[in-house]
Amino acid sequence: MKEIEVHYPPEVLQEGEVPSDIRTEELVLNMGPQHPSTHGVLRVILQTDGELVLKATPYLGYLHRCAEKIAEKVTYRQFTPYTDRLDYLAAMNNNLGFALTVEKLGGIEIPPRADYLRVILAELNRIASHLMATGSYGLDMGAFTPLIYCFREREWIMDLFEAASGARLTYSYITIGGVREDVPEGWTQKCREFLDYFEPKITEYNNLLSFNHIFIQRTANVGICPPELALAYGLTGPCLRGSGVPWDLRKAMPYSRYGEFQFDIPVGRGTYGTVGDCWDRYFVRVEEMVQSVRIIRQALDKLADGPIQAKVPRVVKLPAGEVYYEVENPRGQLGFHLVSDGGTSPYRLKIRGPSFCNLSILPVLAPNCLLADIAALLGSIDIVMGEVDR
Amino acid sequence: MLTFERPPVEYKGLSRTIVRLATKWGGIGIPLLLRFAWGVFLAAVVVLIAFVWLVQHFINPLLPWFVRDFVVVVGLLAFVCIVAIIGIWGERKVSGRIQSRLGPMRTGAWHGWAQSLADGLKFVQKEDLIPAAADKPLFRLAPYLALVPAFCAYLAIPFGVGWVFREADVSLLFVLAMLAIEVLGVIMAGWASNSKWSLYGAMREGCQLVSYEIPMGLSLLAAVLSVGSLNLTELGEAQAGGWFAWLLFQNPFLFAAFFTYYIASLASCKRAPFDLPEGESELVAGFHTEYSGFRFVMFFFAEYAGMFAVSALATIIFLGGWGSPIGGPSSPLWFLAKSTFLVWVQMWVRWTLPRIRIDQVMHACIKYLLPFTLLLFIGSSFWQLYASPAHPLFASLARLLPYGLGTLGLLLLGLYFFGAGYGYYYRNRLVGQMARRHLPGA
Amino acid sequence: MTSSEILELVKQYDADSIVSATAEGLYPHVVIKAERLPAIAGFLKTQPRLGFDLLRCISAIDRPAQNTIELAYDLLSTSLAHTFAVKVLLERADPQVASVSAIWPAAEWHEREAYDLVGVTFLHHPDLRRILLPEDWPGHPLRKDYQDIVEYRGLKFQP
Repeated sequence: MKEIEVHYPPEVLQEGEVPSDIRTEELVLNMGPQHPSTHGVLRVILQTDGELVLKATPYLGYLHRCAEKIAEKVTYRQFTPYTDRLDYLAAMNNNLGFALTVEKLGGIEIPPRADYLRVILAELNRIASHLMATGSYGLDMGAFTPLIYCFREREWIMDLFEAASGARLTYSYITIGGVREDVPEGWTQKCREFLDYFEPKITEYNNLLSFNHIFIQRTANVGICPPELALAYGLTGPCLRGSGVPWDLRKAMPYSRYGEFQFDIPVGRGTYGTVGDCWDRYFVRVEEMVQSVRIIRQALDKLADGPIQAKVPRVVKLPAGEVYYEVENPRGQLGFHLVSDGGTSPYRLKIRGPSFCNLSILPVLAPNCLLADIAALLGSIDIVMGEVDR
Repeated sequence: MLTFERPPVEYKGLSRTIVRLATKWGGIGIPLLLRFAWGVFLAAVVVLIAFVWLVQHFINPLLPWFVRDFVVVVGLLAFVCIVAIIGIWGERKVSGRIQSRLGPMRTGAWHGWAQSLADGLKFVQKEDLIPAAADKPLFRLAPYLALVPAFCAYLAIPFGVGWVFREADVSLLFVLAMLAIEVLGVIMAGWASNSKWSLYGAMREGCQLVSYEIPMGLSLLAAVLSVGSLNLTELGEAQAGGWFAWLLFQNPFLFAAFFTYYIASLASCKRAPFDLPEGESELVAGFHTEYSGFRFVMFFFAEYAGMFAVSALATIIFLGGWGSPIGGPSSPLWFLAKSTFLVWVQMWVRWTLPRIRIDQVMHACIKYLLPFTLLLFIGSSFWQLYASPAHPLFASLARLLPYGLGTLGLLLLGLYFFGAGYGYYYRNRLVGQMARRHLPGA
Repeated sequence: MTSSEILELVKQYDADSIVSATAEGLYPHVVIKAERLPAIAGFLKTQPRLGFDLLRCISAIDRPAQNTIELAYDLLSTSLAHTFAVKVLLERADPQVASVSAIWPAAEWHEREAYDLVGVTFLHHPDLRRILLPEDWPGHPLRKDYQDIVEYRGLKFQP
């Protein structure tokens, strides 16, 4: 094997400078692809002065699996499992986004039962994804117990998903034209049971973690992102709402019958610090779980019998054209720019991963943070590298 | 296709003997041991008691002093190892139960009690890895610098009257000094690993441990002042007389000093919420990231030995040492029970609270804890000044106050037991039936 | 605002820059000349009735049949809740366009990705280098004429 030269990124060294690792004041730290708190294979090169971070440069691409190139080679139906693996913690929402994009371009209408089922499953996955986000955020802050509690709750959601789709993490359940198969008997009853069990738990997690003085001290006034900065860098989802901008795609441009449901949009208010700090972003997720429970209850009430799939041919052929469609994922707005030339595969499928855009705020917020705050920052932005790298 | 060649591992010396013995006899021996575990345990207890009685009555008067010393040191070493082993197992069970899961259940038929033994055997047979660019002599030395002082602290800690290796007039000072040497081992480990992340852990640990020793010492000094001796046996004996004679309740300042000492000792043991030096989420494992195998075990043992040592100090100085709270005979078992309780509280706190950032840790120490403990020290000394016969009114108040504070302590203890019992009795309702269905005892 | 109203405002601002426009259909957009992109982008962001403060996506589409590379800029206004798209056609041999990262800093990473995967050069970009692929990767994979490489740094790939 060829010798791989180690080279430092250009912004660390000047032209022609010999790399010297230890300068008197500054230290160049490699928060490498393998690190407990980078939430995946993310490499961040930190220039620090003691504990103070002067510059953070993220390096992506460790999980790049060429999803967009593959999309040009496989058919539309065959691409659905690939969408699962984008943001693997919110697979139902990814499936939903892709299915809606294809249905928009193809002019396919969905039967109502499928629509409501889609909403229920997408919101359940939102709860699961936020549980993971808040639990692992507690872990980053050193509180091990909330993580296990959140995972305990996730187990129930995964049981529901396994009963519906057969898989625990990557479901490929929401397909073009509807959902893949109907939920088994008693599933809605179990779902309601879970919701009744889960609602008081959120209060418990708040008491254990959110309003814990140590946690607040670690996260309030850390990584403050003003709303203009958030909009400028294309942040969406809880990152944007945590900065005080009340923008939620489910309310502003409703899709998939979200317009029929009543729910609030939690927005960061700077309760313990400044608007747009880590605590706000974190707490928006906690409150979103409460709202998701509301939505699921309303959707369960509206669920009626009926077909679960529209009449879509086995090999989906879309008319020539293009469309850009976005859905509100737990991490932000997932967008698919689909260009079709009339064939069975997309001509070009560009995936706008919310975590990709959310991560771009890291080099902006990192300077003048302490080293421990980088973990807080990354955890509050809540990235999934599958979505960043695709 | 990449081919992977296993590097040849040659055991030498003692390791080789252990590995050969373990593979030859362990295959049949360990299952047998575990099958008759209760029998073996009871037999060991009986043998131990018989041995102690025999030695005390027949052999001790005959033997020269260095044989007795040797036996006691070996016994203390065994005690420290057992404390560490049970501590690790206990930590895993306690953390499991707090996190709504079970902890080790399989190694050893009863609740995985042999898990630590199995882990120890696993660590012993691991490859001895030293990073290529590490400072090898310091890398090898650092675990010993962390473990040996932690063990040496036990040389001066009395478990009961007469149950001490060497009684010294300055035994408290000796114990604190020994616990302070651990800092060197940690810093050396972080430096010698030649990894910036380990260096971060070492630097954080250096400032944290050294800073928190001051409030620790000041809190203890407040108690020393009221008894007037640094001798740990005398400090324990001064509290003979049941619950209300404990130093904890003599003085509102001493009451607060116990809590400040406990918090400072959490920081000096690098336990959460002060476990930034081994901050698992940021620094992987802090100063001992590069350590594996037996060297890591030594750091681990040093941590649990230190935990028990500081709890032992708190027990002797504030909680009446080996005295029984209900007025029976004093015995080392009371001492062990109280120290174990304090260790359990340390574990409980660790699995509940998040980690405090290093600048907040230093902030808390220098801006809050240090002035507060100074105030406690001054307050306690003034209290003693005024509680003399020259001020009869105040002296009578000072005589009655222990009963008031003791009642407060009883209330707190009762609250603790009530909370535990309430939580246990209503466990299905509090946690939710769905979460408990899969656990035993549901 | 509807797409046709948005289109009207853009026409009023600078009608020469428009190459073509589609106001109805699934993907309302306007195709403008590459040189006019920064000006139109600034107008779209700062005009109070348009207020496109969020750049959602920059998609680079390689069209060898028309010998162009299309760049589609999808925009969103959170204050006024409308969306629009701007397209730019670049010649395939040497695709260059000015960067809009001064207007929407979100474009920094999107443009890096377009450079990485399709090979579009963005002028005045603060830090134009590959983002998803390693720095020394040959070629731009999402081009239609990209050939899969066989060996990279000594690692061989099975075709």
